[in-house]
Amino acid sequence: MRLPPFQTLIDLHGREVHRYLAACVGPIDADDCWQETMLAALRAYPGLRDDRNLRGWLLRIAARKVLDSHRAARRRPVPVADVPDRGFESPPPSDSALWRAVRRLPEKQRAAVALRFAADLDYATIGDVIDCSEAAARQNVRAGLAGVRREWIR
Amino acid sequence: MTPIDMTELARRAAEEGILDVAYATVDAPFGRMLVAATPRGLVRTAFDKERTDDVLTELSSRISPRVLEAPARLDGVRREMDEYFEGKRTEFQTPIDWQLSQGFLRRAREACAAIPYGEVRTYKQLAIAAGSPEAVRAAGNAMARNPIPIVVPCHRVLRTGGGLGGYGGGLECKRWLLDLESGLMRL
Repeated sequence: MRLPPFQTLIDLHGREVHRYLAACVGPIDADDCWQETMLAALRAYPGLRDDRNLRGWLLRIAARKVLDSHRAARRRPVPVADVPDRGFESPPPSDSALWRAVRRLPEKQRAAVALRFAADLDYATIGDVIDCSEAAARQNVRAGLAGVRREWIR
Repeated sequence: MTPIDMTELARRAAEEGILDVAYATVDAPFGRMLVAATPRGLVRTAFDKERTDDVLTELSSRISPRVLEAPARLDGVRREMDEYFEGKRTEFQTPIDWQLSQGFLRRAREACAAIPYGEVRTYKQLAIAAGSPEAVRAAGNAMARNPIPIVVPCHRVLRTGGGLGGYGGGLECKRWLLDLESGLMRL
């Protein structure tokens, strides 16, 4: 199969993957997660048998790295205060209180909300990435938003 | 500032041995060139006329899809090319990966790589040097589709009788390179 050069994937989807990661793990850990995601993808790339949804494939790997990062975070001591601004072109969505609320949602809801609003995916693709149906993806986004709203109102 | 650190990714990929093709651009006096290397050496150079996307797609399917833009991996050859274009270098030291050249094509291109700076040969002489005196046309083909122009100096091969022959970078470019090497050019 003729796969596009890996650099093309990064040029097309690299930023979107970073936005998704920043929404899920925050702007500081996102850089590390992005590197881990791309290295894992590069490792597996030549063996890939299906090139129809490379964007979904990358985001699926990113979603796994988010899980790894959360597991590692649970083993880590309490994090210090808040993250400093690091000079992004525009403030990433990940830095607001709203996104911090998103990061406190259950795993699937958080992933679904981040994929919908940070990576701008449709529900079918979200289902692909987090391994559920389109309807379940929609339900996870809805439940996630409700969760954020509840916390917001409190 | 972009949150995406390509330098770090390329460094770690190379360290892990999963950066199969690294590429970068070089500013030549006649336009931008693309240079690409495997861990074994320089595998491809290309003039601006060839579209970057096409060259990268070719490398992806012929060598490996693990292709990354990684200028640091090409520091050596980029420096040598800069010096060559400034008239300060007459030989390339950078190792070459010949994997895009097989059989007679490879013999002809290696024979070409042995032509010294400032000298020229005919397609006929190149065919002889490659061990197949009859294969003049094939020698011409090997030059026309040379995957590593400049470093494998196909511009030093001319038609019998002194005609310029052809050149992938355009005849003007071939003339520029020959002038550079003959010392005619004031730099």
